[in-house]
Amino acid sequence: MSSGQRAEFKNPVVSWIDERLPVFSMMQKEYGVFPTPRNFNYFWNFGAIAMVMLITMIVSGIVLAMHYTPHADHAFSSVERIMRDVNWGWMIRYIHMNGASFFFIAVYIHIFRGIYYGSYKKPRELLWILGVIIYLLMMATAFMGYTLPWSQMGGWAATVISGFFTAIPVVGDMIQTLLLGGFSVDNPTLNRFFSLHYLLPFLIFAVVFLHVWALHVSGSNNPLGIDVKGPQDTLPFHPYYTMKDTFGLGVFLLLYVIVTFFFPNIFAHPDHFVEYNPMVTPPHIVPEWYFLPFYAVLRGLTFGVNPYIGLSLFALIVVMAPVYCGADKKTGLCSIICVVGRKYAVLLLAIAAVAFALGYLSQVEKATGGALISLPLSNLVFVNAKLAGVLAMFGSVILLVFLPWLDTHPVRSARFRPLFKTATLLLAIDFVILGYVGMETADAALFGVIPLLWIGQLGTGYYFAYFLMLLPWLSRNEKAQPLPASINEAVLKA
Amino acid sequence: MSAHIANSDSEDGQTRRDFLLLTAGAFGAVGAGCFAWPFIDSLNPAADTLAMSTVEVDLTPIQEGQAITVKWRGKPVFVRHRTAAEIEQARAVKVEELRDRESDADRVKKDQWLIMVGVCTHLGCVPLGQKETDPKGDFGGWFCPCHGSHYDTSGRIRKGPAPKNLSVPEYSFISDTLVKVG
Amino acid sequence: MMSIKKLALVTCVALSALSPASARAAEGGALPHLSWSFEGVNGTYDRASLQRGFKVYREVCGACHSMDKVYYRDLEALGYDEDQIKAVAAEYTFIDGPNDEGEMYERPGRPSDPFKAPYASREQSMYANNGAYPPDMSLLAKARHGGANYIYGILTGYGHAPEGHEVPEGKYWNTMMPGHIIAMAPPLQDGQVSYDDNASQTVDQYAKDVATFLTWASEPHMEDRKRVGITAFLFLLVFTGVMYTVKKKLWAKIH
Repeated sequence: MSSGQRAEFKNPVVSWIDERLPVFSMMQKEYGVFPTPRNFNYFWNFGAIAMVMLITMIVSGIVLAMHYTPHADHAFSSVERIMRDVNWGWMIRYIHMNGASFFFIAVYIHIFRGIYYGSYKKPRELLWILGVIIYLLMMATAFMGYTLPWSQMGGWAATVISGFFTAIPVVGDMIQTLLLGGFSVDNPTLNRFFSLHYLLPFLIFAVVFLHVWALHVSGSNNPLGIDVKGPQDTLPFHPYYTMKDTFGLGVFLLLYVIVTFFFPNIFAHPDHFVEYNPMVTPPHIVPEWYFLPFYAVLRGLTFGVNPYIGLSLFALIVVMAPVYCGADKKTGLCSIICVVGRKYAVLLLAIAAVAFALGYLSQVEKATGGALISLPLSNLVFVNAKLAGVLAMFGSVILLVFLPWLDTHPVRSARFRPLFKTATLLLAIDFVILGYVGMETADAALFGVIPLLWIGQLGTGYYFAYFLMLLPWLSRNEKAQPLPASINEAVLKA
Repeated sequence: MSAHIANSDSEDGQTRRDFLLLTAGAFGAVGAGCFAWPFIDSLNPAADTLAMSTVEVDLTPIQEGQAITVKWRGKPVFVRHRTAAEIEQARAVKVEELRDRESDADRVKKDQWLIMVGVCTHLGCVPLGQKETDPKGDFGGWFCPCHGSHYDTSGRIRKGPAPKNLSVPEYSFISDTLVKVG
Repeated sequence: MMSIKKLALVTCVALSALSPASARAAEGGALPHLSWSFEGVNGTYDRASLQRGFKVYREVCGACHSMDKVYYRDLEALGYDEDQIKAVAAEYTFIDGPNDEGEMYERPGRPSDPFKAPYASREQSMYANNGAYPPDMSLLAKARHGGANYIYGILTGYGHAPEGHEVPEGKYWNTMMPGHIIAMAPPLQDGQVSYDDNASQTVDQYAKDVATFLTWASEPHMEDRKRVGITAFLFLLVFTGVMYTVKKKLWAKIH
């Protein structure tokens, strides 16, 4: 997006403007002739789709804000006025409400594509991090938007989520009070949520601009994960990908239209249609579906870090030390730990497993009260369950930032890394399972016997193991299949 | 590469593709237009606003010579119970000498009741003249303090910058003492 | 085209994670599943049923339950004309004001008024009903799992408690209610509301009509929504088809 080379334009008006402000040259360069790998599959549609959804959300949101009243006494009624009295208000609201879900669907597929094809690897690390920032901003925006209709679900979601901060030792309660602007979710909370809900999308837009800029510096990744070697590997973005993206967008919008017009409340819950009452909590509150996997992580941590869990974590760190530290040349303490980690890996893993089991069981409460097994020092909890849950939940999102340095394997695409491929597909399934666990009540059980809590805990374990253990280990040990010489060659062969 | 694509593209194929692109473009434009309309229409008055767009005024408490102001569509409506002298004064004016030529008979449904939107036609201020203590201008009607427009006892502009007479809203007498404005 | 399959898979999995968790909704009896005229992609509200349901609401439910999001002017959608609506509204007395003397005064209702609430406040409604809050019904059909079926189920679900179940003083047994104990006395009896048309005057019919009326009240623009939805869907379908052809033609030379 530089103003270097200018293109020639026949239209005199275009030409006149372009000489002074080369926007047309820029468009031509970045979206016209921009060389794009010729072997994209339909996964590569979702960036453009997410962009369209962002714009849809901003446009519908601006119009809704014209009719909405951010006041505790009027918010619920003003939303109903939009649904009943404002011309087309029902449609704009349903577009916005379901648009959030479809925005997240597009973004989740986009993120999965990035992981599966190694799009976060050099030289696209910053591009990836900008993407994670967009995702974090989206989560914040969506959460605050959830509260605005001032329904039972929204109001209580705000109460619960702001309650996360009370897990912070010493200053937690003060932070929650600061965030809410009071001692409970009330009018001041609603006002600031509205203000931020309006602001953040524009911040997202700005970061998307940087994201696209970074993309156009490094060029797109592709399903083979190999670099573009020359013009024979690429196609001009227009018309090839503009047309393909528009077709993909059409299919996506068809699904969006079906939900918006025929099942507009499928993502909603009855408690969305009851006005917020700070004196009565609904029996079952859930966040929006796109937060459910992280909600399951939060609820999965029913135990804190006591000496046994601590020992287990320490053993795991020692096992992983040679993988993390990498170089054998290191000296001093680091090299000793590495040597120990390599030599006694099996033993350490066994210690970790046993210590974890002890630490876990010593914190499981019996139905009659008291711990399942009692061990010395098991009550010495350094990080209590509440704080551990909150840390794990935020950690599970923040981990994504470090992905480029957790997976340093030289081959990008999962197509040539069978182990990575299996592990990553399992992660996707794990994520969906966590979502299911997050949706159900805390005491639900699968087939009436297996507590979902256990499944959620296993899923949480895999999630962290994937990023912190599997990826670094695979980076050093997985043998990739041979890569094709070039994109063109692979396309011609197929 | 692009060269060999262009070469192998027959004339016929080219035309068909152009036609398709044109169709796609037309569809896109129509779609965008249809999509935009609900958003624009949503800025128009909503059903609850429209439902409040008529107001009923009970005339019984208004004594001769008195005036009341009622709120209609967010604007003041002047309802004046004119005296015989005021009616006489309004009738005596020669229509062709007026800036905005309207006879008094065209501006009222019943002689003693003058009903107008109380918004100066110059720049939208509310003229004075409703209360007995108000200045009523040089013509005994209303006076706009913003830029000095004078209205007569029929609400017609007589002096000052305003271009038009005070406008008469749509209204009807439901009974002798009940008027529906709007 | 393996990628499309993958994409479809991912989408399916993602969507399946979203299905509302209705299974655990209630320990009440399994809700009945009636066939309603408003179901389906082109379902509409049965106007006669709406009018009957409104009559039942006015004469029975309205004694305790408010509907403060619905206005008399909205009744036009039930097939009433302006004069009928005015007459209905005028039957209720509203407090308005203050007038020029600073006093509040009473006046007959107008079409621009919301449905007159039976109680002045939530507290008053609870005090008058043994501490139980009769919920506002404007959104009831959306605020309960099962919607119209739930409403019908509750209205027809009263009965005697089976052996071994205790019903507290002032409460009632209802097979459809989660927990089976309900604070609302059975509100309907056969023949209680007289209909102008020849629909049967039974609890069953009353319950159907009220459920229809409340579904309309919670989603008054449903018919518009479906109509616009069908148009939008067909338009997009053709557009996507055109785009598919364009894309295919364009890429034919590349592959």
